Amino acid sequence: MSIDGELPKRQLAQARLGNRRGAVMEFSAADTCLDIQGLTLAYGGKTALKDLTLRIPRHRVTAFIGPSGCGKSTLLRALNRLHDLNEDVSRHGQIHLDGHDIHDPRVAVAELRRRVGMVFQAPNPFPMSIYDNVAFGLRLQGGLSKRRIDDVVEWALKSAALWDEVKGRLRASAWSLSGGQQQRLVIARTLAVEPEVLLLDEPASALDPISTLKIEELIRTLKPHLTLVLVTHNMQQAARVSDYTAFLHNGELVEYGPTDTLFTHPRLRRTENYITGRMVG
Amino acid sequence: MKIPGHTAVGMPGKRRTREGPLAWLAAASVALSLIMLGALLVLLSVKGLSNFWPATVHQLTLKGGETVIGVPLETRELPSRQGLERRYLTANRDDGGGIWRWLANDQITEDTTPEDLVVLERRHWGTFFGRLVALQSGDQRLTGPDAWTVLESRLKEINALRDERRRLTHDEILPLIRSMEDQDGHRSEDRRLADLQRRASELQQRMQGDLVVLENGQGRRQEQALAEILEAWRPNAMAWHEKLGHWVRELWQFLSQGPRDANTAGGVWPAIFGTILMVLLMSILVTPFGVLAAVYLNEVAHQGRLTRLVRIGVRNLAGVPSIVYGVFGLGVFVYGIGGSIDRWFFESTLPSPTFGTGGLLWASLTLALLTLPVVIVATEEGLSRIPLHQREGALALGATRFETLTRVVLPMATPAMLTGLILAVARAAGEVAPLMLVGVAKLAPQVPLDGEFPFLHLERKFMHLGYHIYDAAFHSSDVQAAMPLVYATALLLVTVILVLNLTAIFMRHYLRKRHGAPVRR
Repeated sequence: MSIDGELPKRQLAQARLGNRRGAVMEFSAADTCLDIQGLTLAYGGKTALKDLTLRIPRHRVTAFIGPSGCGKSTLLRALNRLHDLNEDVSRHGQIHLDGHDIHDPRVAVAELRRRVGMVFQAPNPFPMSIYDNVAFGLRLQGGLSKRRIDDVVEWALKSAALWDEVKGRLRASAWSLSGGQQQRLVIARTLAVEPEVLLLDEPASALDPISTLKIEELIRTLKPHLTLVLVTHNMQQAARVSDYTAFLHNGELVEYGPTDTLFTHPRLRRTENYITGRMVG
Repeated sequence: MKIPGHTAVGMPGKRRTREGPLAWLAAASVALSLIMLGALLVLLSVKGLSNFWPATVHQLTLKGGETVIGVPLETRELPSRQGLERRYLTANRDDGGGIWRWLANDQITEDTTPEDLVVLERRHWGTFFGRLVALQSGDQRLTGPDAWTVLESRLKEINALRDERRRLTHDEILPLIRSMEDQDGHRSEDRRLADLQRRASELQQRMQGDLVVLENGQGRRQEQALAEILEAWRPNAMAWHEKLGHWVRELWQFLSQGPRDANTAGGVWPAIFGTILMVLLMSILVTPFGVLAAVYLNEVAHQGRLTRLVRIGVRNLAGVPSIVYGVFGLGVFVYGIGGSIDRWFFESTLPSPTFGTGGLLWASLTLALLTLPVVIVATEEGLSRIPLHQREGALALGATRFETLTRVVLPMATPAMLTGLILAVARAAGEVAPLMLVGVAKLAPQVPLDGEFPFLHLERKFMHLGYHIYDAAFHSSDVQAAMPLVYATALLLVTVILVLNLTAIFMRHYLRKRHGAPVRR
């Protein structure tokens, strides 16, 4: 996503179903944003992800669903190497972002995280002003003029549909905003560094229905510019906003397909049980 | 943590009675603590502040015809249990030794408060109670009311002269002598010194010459040089607003002047200054060390067994008695480091030590060491309270670990650091024991900060309120006479600690507001 111009529209390759693990969708290399190959992840001996292989398409919303502890958040956090902080985590397998291995020793992890932005479950604005929150990532990069920062902050807040609500009080503390506003501020903060991928870890689970709706609208408006990956507990939300859905269970990828297909004609009994609520998550 | 909307006592209404004994016990302990604290402050305030009030002086006639002049104090039952006796402050130490006298109530035949009784505050021999008979100024001899009027005006002149002479000695003569010692003296400097000294003795001359003739209770007369008298007042002739003015003046002198008469009279300014300066230096020394150590333990170090062991060690250090730190400071800072500094840089002045003896720097360092665990523990707790998702939020924006630490974690932990500092200041300002080993002095009239290069004299000994209390209460010639001073100094020490703490608390409040964090209560 870029502040300066529209991105060319891309045709999505026809999703081809069926491969190992029952459900792996194949996109052409050009349409694949994140390519996860045989990813296995363990926390201090306990396996959280078992040999996952899936491709996440560019400029689409992909949702991860599954019961608690199925590994969907773990998978999300693997995509921007947030697990690096935890010394107990061991990993096998590769993740490619635009064809480049993100675990390559030459990759600067800070730069990777700038390109793969993340929004967390609970809104986590920093204890500073609204303006400083959005400018935080920009200032880390350094070398930007004050005017440029002003412009980007305004653009990011507009992109996150927050500008009209806060334009008069950019110097107010970010903690004075409501929960929904805070979450949109966090999205604006992430957008300000112009990421290519936006990871959303249950972004609306701590919010009221109206704020949830606003976040979902925002996801839809961002879709043409960004690859979005959404983890959610809320089946309706996945159905409403995502183009593709992956169902994970016990660290395994059970089924992955276009959202419409997966929710209306799941191929596997386990998937059906989960989305119809017979398997309690 | 306080749950919003819930009160500590419990649910209102009938249920409350069922909580019964525990709630009552808890409330009672709070009440008891508050009462004790209140009693402490009231006792210190009443005993300390009343000392400066000009008390009414009584003239008593006893059965044998003897006349006693004194201020009535507490009453108690006679040993024979027949009637009461009362203690009187009779002052006049030069008049037979004691300054107190117990008199049985039935011994007293007459108790009056004549307006002509004077109280004199003298440079030596303490207070005088009695009458002014005459004032001899040169050949002139004044008696009656004139004598009192002239006495008051002459006293003002003399006090101004005394201040001028003190200023001359401290600000000009002493620094000049010290600088001459350093550079083996030039002629011109010699001449300047002689000139200054002549001016000082001129001032001294102008102060002297006047005599007062005084009469004590028994009617015995004595002469006293007016230059020996610091202050004179007639409490029985004063209206209440004059008394109030006198009280304020006395209080101000207590706060702004140096001690006299082996610390049993006069003010405590050098001690106030020493206490505050030492605490400030201690804070400057302890904060960076404590914060860096806490950052290392909490953010950098591998959280293994060794780190846990270090953490337990640090926490236990907080419980080591302060005198132990004093011994360590004496051995390591004073003799070890100070001795080495003297050998390397101040060899010319040896064997008289410069840094190899107790001083401001070593005292501050020792107290910094003493309070280091407090700062480390408080900062560490602040750091560990910062939610993981705040750190992850910064990392997810492409911040490195160091950037996350300096831009998000540390600013959020500043209130915790200040909490640590508040605790450290509270502990350090009240410590006396280790200071006795590493630099506090009974009398150091020169404050360690002055106009002389390098302005802050870290090697100098200093006075401390806590030690001043100890010294006045245990080492003065008349402990009872020094008690009001002890109370006043204790009250002052409490006030100083309170002011230092409040400053830190306001700073913390301001920082919390600036960082937008909700104020925790």
